[in-house]
Amino acid sequence: MDRRLWLLLPATVFVLVLFIYPFVYGLSLSFQPMNGGGVFANYQKFFSDAYQRDTIVTTLRIALPAALLNVLAAVPIAFRMRGRFRGKRLMTTVLVIPITLGTVLTAQGLLNFLGPTGWFNRVLMGIGLADDPIRLTNNYWGVFFSLIITGFPFAFLLVLSYLSGIDPTLERAAATLGASRSQRFRRITLPLLAPGLATTFLLTFVLAFSVFPSAVLVGNPAGSTRVISLAAYQAAYEQYDYAYASAIAMIMGAVELVVVAVVLVWRSRLYTGSTGGKG
Amino acid sequence: MSANTSSAAVRTGRPAGGPPAATGVRRVLRATPTAWVIWAVVLFFFVNLAGVVGSVLVSSFGRRWFDTWLPTGFTTQWYGEAWHEFGLLHVITVTLIASALVVVLSVLVGAPAAYVLARQNFPGKRLVYLTFLLPILMPPITYGIPLATVLYKFGFAGHLSGVVLANLVPSVPFVILTMTPFIEQVDPRIESAARMLGAGTRAVFLKILAPLLVPGLLASAILVLVRTVGMFELTFLTAGPDSQTLVVALYYSMSAAGIRAQQSVDAMAVIYTSMMLVLLVVALRFVNPTQLVARVKEEPE
Repeated sequence: MDRRLWLLLPATVFVLVLFIYPFVYGLSLSFQPMNGGGVFANYQKFFSDAYQRDTIVTTLRIALPAALLNVLAAVPIAFRMRGRFRGKRLMTTVLVIPITLGTVLTAQGLLNFLGPTGWFNRVLMGIGLADDPIRLTNNYWGVFFSLIITGFPFAFLLVLSYLSGIDPTLERAAATLGASRSQRFRRITLPLLAPGLATTFLLTFVLAFSVFPSAVLVGNPAGSTRVISLAAYQAAYEQYDYAYASAIAMIMGAVELVVVAVVLVWRSRLYTGSTGGKG
Repeated sequence: MSANTSSAAVRTGRPAGGPPAATGVRRVLRATPTAWVIWAVVLFFFVNLAGVVGSVLVSSFGRRWFDTWLPTGFTTQWYGEAWHEFGLLHVITVTLIASALVVVLSVLVGAPAAYVLARQNFPGKRLVYLTFLLPILMPPITYGIPLATVLYKFGFAGHLSGVVLANLVPSVPFVILTMTPFIEQVDPRIESAARMLGAGTRAVFLKILAPLLVPGLLASAILVLVRTVGMFELTFLTAGPDSQTLVVALYYSMSAAGIRAQQSVDAMAVIYTSMMLVLLVVALRFVNPTQLVARVKEEPE
């Protein structure tokens, strides 16, 4: 056995102690309901209570469209930003800035800007597009916008990164053979980009799926944006029922892993070889 | 943005007839209707984003701001208030210490593992890789709640050590993932040559690999730093009153509405964002964000 494998030891110990062990601990805790009952009592409690059960749908209804929009919007924009041009670095920096905003500034900003007396509604009413202020905060849309603001730059960077990894000579070759621009995109770029898009979607989805602070701050945490992480948090830190909280966390992880698995299976059916861009 | 709206529309030259997009040659401006639509959407996004950020900035300097376009007057008092009331100096110190510890520890643990994963094949490699990937693929709350419970059990949570340990969970895998492509890029023949000339493993690491990997190390360290300063969930679940980082303190000040003047929260958010911005600008000096996942030689100037 190669001695260099020992280098893997610290990381392996770390992941076992700080990730696998707590996870297993949480899983077993979730089968030991605080108030007695069967092994699955916590899970039964969650699924028999519509107020709790619906958090799954609520979370997916926010996270899936937000992640999808972020990835789909990133493709054409990244496509136009390939290659070298003056101001590219500035443009990338500007697109990255929203990452620094943080949930609270985004939340405060959305409340100020999109609120009933905010600039957005003032402009809408000023140019006569609306008679009354449109409600865009403290509901679904507030959370959705906050996920776009924080998620899009991230998705864009990843897509741009994958796109610059595709060897431009492939497209040039296709062009020489007479392929039109849309043919080149559909037959060359898109298949090579698809695995990257799947990864980007997954990472943005994970970000959106765990949305918690913005669901409280710009959403309607008792109703339309009561996401599953909020249910888990309330169980742990408001009812101090760690067993139930762990059960909710496990359900949350399971739902999330189902989406991840679907995307990964779809991805594995795509071409996964090198994009030919290794320099 | 204005610097490149003109040049961004510069499109690849004619498809047929010679190699289009020839290296370094200024390309012909051909803006298609789709291009205009896309740039209009981008512009709309940025106008609104500017509104979101601008309204916070204006509010943080504003006196009273109700149903008008702008506040009635301007002042810097909210910054002073935020600084004193929230004990920001302490909070910022905690944030920086915790993040620095997370960066150092995750690089020390992650980089050697990245090296093995990039270079060696061994039975069960895929399983090991998947295990390292999982913490990134799971939302922090899912493992954060069991992790916080365990950390409370052993007396780490509520202190700085708990915050650091919890933040290591996504950071170490992140270092491994970002470092692996950098290591793969280093030609193994360089190492073999050094070994043939009698260098031991230690010497190979310190004299050959470390200098070549400085860009990769910096890249992952800075990204971990930005991530940790911005990490809300894990810190929120494990921090005690004395170990709150800036994001968590901010969240508390905003969710406990009515106690604080809204402008004071705005001022604090501006302070947080300025700090993140400085970190990110520093990061962008070392890391080309477009080369994070696929390393490509940029076309020569």
